[in-house]
Order: sequence, then structure tokens, then C-alpha cells
Amino acid sequence: MLVARNGRSDSLTLEGRVVAPAQGIDDALRITVTDGVIAAIEPGAAGSLVVAPAFVDPHVHLRTPGREDEETIRSGTEAAAAGGYCAILAMPNTEPVVDSASVLGALVDRAREDAVVPTGFMAAISKGQLGDELTEMAELAAAGAAAFTDDGRPVVSAGLMRRALQYSALTELRLALHCEEPSLSHGGHAHEGSVSAELGIGPYPSAAESVMVERDLSLAGTEGRPIHLMHLSARESVASLEHALAVGVSATGEVTPHHLVLTDEAIRSLDPNTKMNPPLRAADDREALRDALRRGAISCIATDHAPHARHEKDVPFEEAPFGVTGLETAFAALHTHLVVPGVLTLEILLERMSTGPAHAFGLVEPRIEVGARANLVALDLDAEWTVTEDGFRSLSANSWLLGETLRGRVVKTVADGRLVFEA
Amino acid sequence: MAELRLPAPPRRHLLSIADLERGDVERVLDTAQSLAASLEREVKKLPTLRGRTVVNLFYESSTRTLASFELAAKRLSADTMSLRSAGSSVDKGESLKDTALTLSAYEPDVIVVRHPSIGAPQLVARLTDAHVVNAGDGKHQHPTQALLDLYTMREALGRLEGLQVAVVGDVLHSRVARSLVQALGLVGAHSLLVGPPTLVPRGIDALGCEVSHDIAAIADADVVYVLRMQHERMGEAFVPSLREYTALYGIGPARVRDGQVVMHPGPMNRGVEIDPRVADSAAALVTDQVRSGLVVRMAVLYDVLTVAPVEARVHAEVA
Repeated sequence: MLVARNGRSDSLTLEGRVVAPAQGIDDALRITVTDGVIAAIEPGAAGSLVVAPAFVDPHVHLRTPGREDEETIRSGTEAAAAGGYCAILAMPNTEPVVDSASVLGALVDRAREDAVVPTGFMAAISKGQLGDELTEMAELAAAGAAAFTDDGRPVVSAGLMRRALQYSALTELRLALHCEEPSLSHGGHAHEGSVSAELGIGPYPSAAESVMVERDLSLAGTEGRPIHLMHLSARESVASLEHALAVGVSATGEVTPHHLVLTDEAIRSLDPNTKMNPPLRAADDREALRDALRRGAISCIATDHAPHARHEKDVPFEEAPFGVTGLETAFAALHTHLVVPGVLTLEILLERMSTGPAHAFGLVEPRIEVGARANLVALDLDAEWTVTEDGFRSLSANSWLLGETLRGRVVKTVADGRLVFEA
Repeated sequence: MAELRLPAPPRRHLLSIADLERGDVERVLDTAQSLAASLEREVKKLPTLRGRTVVNLFYESSTRTLASFELAAKRLSADTMSLRSAGSSVDKGESLKDTALTLSAYEPDVIVVRHPSIGAPQLVARLTDAHVVNAGDGKHQHPTQALLDLYTMREALGRLEGLQVAVVGDVLHSRVARSLVQALGLVGAHSLLVGPPTLVPRGIDALGCEVSHDIAAIADADVVYVLRMQHERMGEAFVPSLREYTALYGIGPARVRDGQVVMHPGPMNRGVEIDPRVADSAAALVTDQVRSGLVVRMAVLYDVLTVAPVEARVHAEVA
């Protein structure tokens, strides 16, 4: 279930090169939206804009409740609107954890007041995300949970993981998994490799992710239940996912902009905004992620937007928390670093940011067709802009792109029939 | 909100050996050598840094590093003060950022930082206008230790170029090993890391060194550099027992051949990584290392204050 604040639908026209890869559309068109619904699609002028189905982000930390100094539903969804998103899914690792219908219900109520962009809330797999007992999944599903995840933490016990797969069959919802074997990642702050060896930073090996990916794919296959693998980073994990897909396991995967663009070379700066979980990995891992994204084995781009207060990142690298923001920069970063140099086509980027994540979580696919609710993004691919600390709608500014000039900009976002962002 | 503070002008720091070039290393060693000659005089004080202020900011316990930085600053006539985390506002939970900004208000010329976390000296360099010298940050770097080790080797063996140095033991937890291997590479010496597979980090050979898990590999080395077993940095067991470690990698008399010299950064665990008979032998350069520490740290303070800055090498690789 997605919720947004109440309000009127808008009427507007968008004209340009309309690109909807999942529908095979790439034409100069004019789209007329009347009262939030696409009323007409006619030949138009190509102009300077690209118009596409708006983006869906399946992995956002809104930090509410508990850390409203870092992000609120209002600020986070305004950031999403500015990033071209028409739907986002928020993580439950808040204070308190979203592990009961009452906490979830309060969030849904708040979102009806504050969410600029339709927002779904995931609920925890285990009570308190402690990995001991299952949450009341049926009640949470009835209260509107979008999916189940213990994101931020792994489900350490294989037994609990299996039971979660079994029990969640009572709901229509899937499990989204943060794959990390803590006995392998313990004390790790960077990918295990030549960079961490040289810098002396505690290693977080690829195997910490891939052995959990293997385990969870194996259990999902056994139980015949779908799973979604979050923020994949290691080539071994990609290989496991592809193997599982080949033998019929129902699984989807996501990758973040930072894992697609950067490698662990970036941490030589010791900039805390290059510290994420999972960590930035080696060039061949990045290549495997790009390749899997191109071929569709990884069908979703997710920001893992993780706001942190300035004082928490203004510390030595090892003491800094994991995570970076991404909602407002995802398209521009990937357009600049992957599409412009010819690593990825615009069509694949647009599909993996929109249709891919919508399908993975059973959300309504943003489509460009007469009669559909308008979920559209207008992009100026030639616009250049510089990422600055004071340029964010997000309350936090822990971006790995600070100071960088990007090419490509979101100029309008229409989410569920409403114009939610205009540059 | 934008930073209100203007960035400080570029200035020379000593944060990591990785920022240096061969000429930088040789210049510091040569300066140290001429300072050593001047300290032979009866009055052991030089006016070189009169009117300058050197602050030592130490967040980890230290004997020789802190003592030699204090003495080095005094021998150069600088004003110096040392702040340890225990007994300061750090005890009250003050962040490194605020402590650095507080000290910065006194306008020190040099801040010497030791900290348990990687990246702390870089943070201080970013936040203050001082020249920053890294006196050890976590498992990352200890550049003045590497420079004093090179100085000691050059004094004892007469050269650095082509030298074979075997570094033995707990490489994983050792900032000394990382700095030393990089510094040896800069001056044309070869390093070989020897230790159990659990204590030699994967990928370390990218520094240009060789790796062996067999202690017999040290036979060809000119220098056997023994690393401290860092019990205090080990949250978990990397070797089954110290007994087995000593049997496999401990440097006893039978493992040192004639003509080899033995070094250790201290403090030593006698009977663990080094046998007392080796530690107290003529082959051991341990006290020479301590002596070198003073002149090399004098040279480093002089160097950061008087030599023009180099832009730190740009590593960030994008796309």
C-alpha cells in the first residue's frame, strides 16, 4: 500500500521525446494530463526534454520515527519528488522499529498528511529487528505494510529466515533481504582487497554478502517463495542470483548508484561519504553489477538513501556511520557516469529505475497510456548542475557527489496525477 | 548550510607515506643526518623553530613517540604542549572536531596527532590551519616510524637502495608495516612480509612487496624487522595460541644468520615475537631506532614548516 497526502489532481501537458522502454515507446509526443489522468497522447515536438515513466525507489530511509533531525516524511518525499520519483518504499529500521501495526499505523497516518510522493512502509521481519521472533506479519500486512525486511541488519538465523519465508506466505508480500554474515563482516569498514590492506581498514569481504545471498536463495527455492535481494555489491552474489534465476527461483535484485559508479579506490580519500554498507567494492565487482543490470538479472536501481546528521559524518572514517543520500542525485549521477560515456543505454537506465522496481514489489507500473494515472518525469539531459551541500531538499547532505558537476536534471515530476516537483 | 570558514591555504603535512615521493623521503633523512651532527655539540638546542608552537594531540597511549616529539620540538626551540585524551575534555565526550577547533584557536603551527581511528589526522588537517603530522592513526599509517626506520637502516648498513627487508609477524594490525613497506618501495628497497595467513591481509602485495608464510624465507634478508603481536588490537583470536605463534614465527637466535640486523618498533613482547637473546644482541638496532626517532622527528617538524606543499596525490577513480 502506498500513501500520500490528500490533495487535488493536476492538469498539465508534457511534450518532448517520450521514452517508455517497457512499452516500446520512443517518439516525439505531447501528453495531456487532465485531473491526474493521461487524457491524450498525440504527436508533438521533440524539443529538449525527455519524458518518461517516473521512478520508483524500493529502498529509502526516511528516519521517521526517531531521527527527524536527519529526515522526515515531508523532507524525504520532497527529495524523492526532486529526484523524479513517483513512489518510494521506506525502511523499518527506525526508533522504534516498525514491527507492530500500531507503529505502522501511525506512520501511515502521518504520510497522509506529509508525504509529497506516494510512500510505502516496509515492516520488520523480526521483532525489534533482533532476529529472534517473527513480527505479526498478517496484522502488519492488513495495516498496509509494503514488504518485510530487517534492512540494516541481516536475519542471522537460517531457521528464522526459513520460518519467515513460510509464514509470510499468509500475506501477498515478499521479503527484502539485507544479506550480511556478521561473523565475516564484523569489524569491517571497507571491501577486503588491496585498498583496505594498504589503508589498514578493517576488511568486510565479499563473502560476507555472498554466503548469505547463497543461503537465502537456497531457502527461497526450497520454500517456493519470492525474495528481493537488497543493495548487491559483490560479483559472487550476482553469480548466485543468476544461477538461482536459471533454476527457477523467484528472486529480484537491486543495486545502488554508488556501487555502479564508484569502486573502493574512492575510499583512499578517507571521506566518510564514501563509507557504505555493503562497502564499495573492486572494479570487477562493479563490472559484474553493471553487466547484470544491463541483462536484467538485476532489475532494480535503488538509492539506499541513508541520511545522517552532519556531526555524525564529521568524524574519522572508521568512526563514521555507514550510508549516503541518493534520492536527489540518482538519475543525474547514473546519466553522467554510465549513459553519457556509453556504459549503459538511457532506455535501460529508465526501465531499471521505474518498471523494474515496481514489478519487484507488485506496485502499479508507471505507464504512458491513455486512462492511466499520470506518473511522469521530465528530464533535461543536457543541463549541467553542481551538487552542493545547501542544494538538497533532504535534511541531510551526506552525498558522495558533493562538489561534482553532473549532466542531466529532473525538471518536472508528476506522481499519481499531481505535479510534485518543478525545477 | 555552506561552510562559513574559508578553506586553509595548501600547506605541507605528513599524513601518509603514500603522499610522499622519493625526494621527500631523502630530504627528511638528510636533514635528520645534519641535525644529528649538530646535536653532538655540548648545547643540544637549535634556534630553528623559535616562536613556533607544536601541539601533540594523543588519543592513544604512547611512550617513545610522544616523548620524542616533545623533545624534538624543544630541541628546535619551539613552544610545545601535549594533550592526552585522558584527563582532557575528550573524557567529557568532546568530539575530535571540537577538540581540534579548540586547539586551533591557539594558532599552533604544527599539530601532531595520534588517534585510534583511521582518518583522524586527515580530519584535523581539514579543520585547522596547522600543519598536521600523523603520529599513528589506527591500523593505517605511522609515517615518522617508517622514516626513522629508514634512517636507522641507512646509518647501520650504509645504503637503502637494493636492501632486502623481511617484515615478520602481525601485518594485519600494523600501521608500522604499511608505512614501512611503502617507504622502502620509494627508496628502492625490497620488502617481504612473513606471517601466518590470518595476520597478512589479502591484497597487501599490491604495495609492491612479496608475501610468504614460511619463516625460512627471511634467510636472504639484510634486515629482519619484527612486528609486535598486538594483543590490544585483537578482538578475536587470529592464531590458535601465542605458543604456536612463537614456535612458527618467533625470532630466536637460530633464525638470525650472521650479518643480519634485527629491528623492532617497540614495545617488545620478549619471548613472544622476539627472543630476549636476539633483542639484547649486537644485531639488534632497537635502541638505535629510538635514538633515530628524535632526529627524524626534528627533521619532520622542520620539513613540514619550511618546505612548500605538494598536492596530495589524487586517487579517487570515478567511472
